[in-house]
Amino acid sequence: MNLLEVQDLKVSYGGIRALKGISLNIAAGELVALIGSNGAGKSTTLKALAGLLPCQGKLHLQGKSLLHRAGHLRVADGMALVPEGRGVFARLSVQENLQIGAYTRKETAAILEQELQQIYALFPRLKERRNQLAGTLSGGEQQMLAMGRAMMCKPRLLMLDEPSMGLAPLMVEKVFETIQNISTQGVSILLVEQNARQALQIASRGYVLESGSITLSDDAASLLDSAAIQKAYLGS
Amino acid sequence: MEIFLQQLINGLVQGSVYALVALGYTMVYGILGLINFAHGEVVMVGAMVALMSINAMLGSAFPPAIILPVALFAAIFACMLLGYSIERIAYRPLRHAPRLAPLITAIGVSIVLQTLAMIIWGREYHAFPQLFPNQSHNFGGAVINDVQLAIIIIALLVMSMLMLLVHRTRLGRAMRAVAENQSAAILMGININQVISITFMLGSALAAIAGIMVSANYGVVHYYMGFMLGLKAFTAAVLGGIGNLRGAMLGGVLLGLIESLGAGYIGTLTGGFMGSNYQDAFAFLVLIGVLIFRPSGLLGERVADRA
Ligand SMILES: Nc1ncnc2c1ncn2[C@@H]1O[C@H](COP(=O)(O)OP(=O)(O)O)[C@@H](O)[C@H]1O
Ligand SMILES: [Mg+2]
Repeated sequence: MNLLEVQDLKVSYGGIRALKGISLNIAAGELVALIGSNGAGKSTTLKALAGLLPCQGKLHLQGKSLLHRAGHLRVADGMALVPEGRGVFARLSVQENLQIGAYTRKETAAILEQELQQIYALFPRLKERRNQLAGTLSGGEQQMLAMGRAMMCKPRLLMLDEPSMGLAPLMVEKVFETIQNISTQGVSILLVEQNARQALQIASRGYVLESGSITLSDDAASLLDSAAIQKAYLGS
Repeated sequence: MEIFLQQLINGLVQGSVYALVALGYTMVYGILGLINFAHGEVVMVGAMVALMSINAMLGSAFPPAIILPVALFAAIFACMLLGYSIERIAYRPLRHAPRLAPLITAIGVSIVLQTLAMIIWGREYHAFPQLFPNQSHNFGGAVINDVQLAIIIIALLVMSMLMLLVHRTRLGRAMRAVAENQSAAILMGININQVISITFMLGSALAAIAGIMVSANYGVVHYYMGFMLGLKAFTAAVLGGIGNLRGAMLGGVLLGLIESLGAGYIGTLTGGFMGSNYQDAFAFLVLIGVLIFRPSGLLGERVADRA
């Protein structure tokens, strides 16, 4: 059984249909890329899955329908989204941002503290700056913080909306490295990227979204080889 | 010098009350970007409920040491319920409406509550009973009484507790997160409706305490008492930087001091032309001054893009 199953998902913004019935699924532990040009509906898809936008269709996580479940309840169900623009709480300290990631967790303080230390081990920069306001971090550090914070939710499915956007090349490398690292821990990942080549290089499968419809889905390797994809999204 | 000291004490007492009420304005503004103009009426309801509770118990065998806390809790409970209901009924349906809609609604709620209070409690001034002997203390030539002393001490205690709550607890963290970015807060699993309700209830609890303070200090309760007090506390919140908790406390105390020092010296300054009955004008001079010269307030930031 797939971890995530989406069928015929539709989303409208005040009468204008942004998603025209898309279907996709993600198996446990899989890393799937969702690519598409600006305005195709990638962010809309992730927001609908996370419960930030009302939608129609079918949406199941671990066999359980989430369609009518409020967004904040989906976190405990195992979904986490690192939104476009990162959404760190600029006026909370770095550490508070990480702590609030564990808001719905029922584990003991000792276990959560241990997980916090694991995040710090992964991102030493965050540990150095743990008492600083998150708003004072650089873009790359904020992206690390947003990913670390999402990990504190202990998700089964982690969704990332353009995590490499606006980052320096070195930081982009670090971001993709981290995503792979999280993936090897068994977390399923749905990765939205403008940077299609790099996304497909670490993903096992990919979906191509064009003006609100999925037009192609295949193994990542095949998508990388496809002439049409190369022309449209890989700039070669 | 004695006038100065006396007015300083009066200002601190009044400022403590302003600070508590201003916190309610600023907490709601911080989390919803909304000016809850009905907040002054919550103060009045707190005072009225306390008065009713005290009057109901006065003839009984209960000692004042029981009556006062019971009245306090009754007022706090009633105000929390009221604050919760105001948000739930009047503001929540307008959460995504254009800004003017909740603003007009807020003024409407304020008028409705005033009118209801007038119907229930009448237009007359009610005496607020003195439960304990209120001794006066000499303090370098100035006088401070027990009620005033209690107001300052309790306000300090309550404000410290609020600061601890907001800055040191999981709930406080959630409140700050919701204030900053609601959709990111949802992504953390925070029930933002619940956090917003709690914020209204906390602000209303502070209003209840403030309502009892002014009633005990002046000895009267009136259905209209929340109007001017609310307006001044709102001024204090703007002075400190609306949305900023420390700003509300600072603004409250400063406004109290400005008012009382102003009232104490205006006679001398104008050669007797204007008297201390012009006291209320100071608050609004301050409001106008702040709005012209520093709209973000003393400790505020980025208000322009939120208001
Ligand atoms: N809040 C909104 N209101 C109205 N239209 C929107 C809104 N957000 C996105 N859209 C529209 O929906 C379409 C998909 O947007 P989006 O999901 O952000 O695309 P992508 O993330 O792939 O760039 C676009 O045409 C965009 O203009
Ligand atoms: Mg997008």
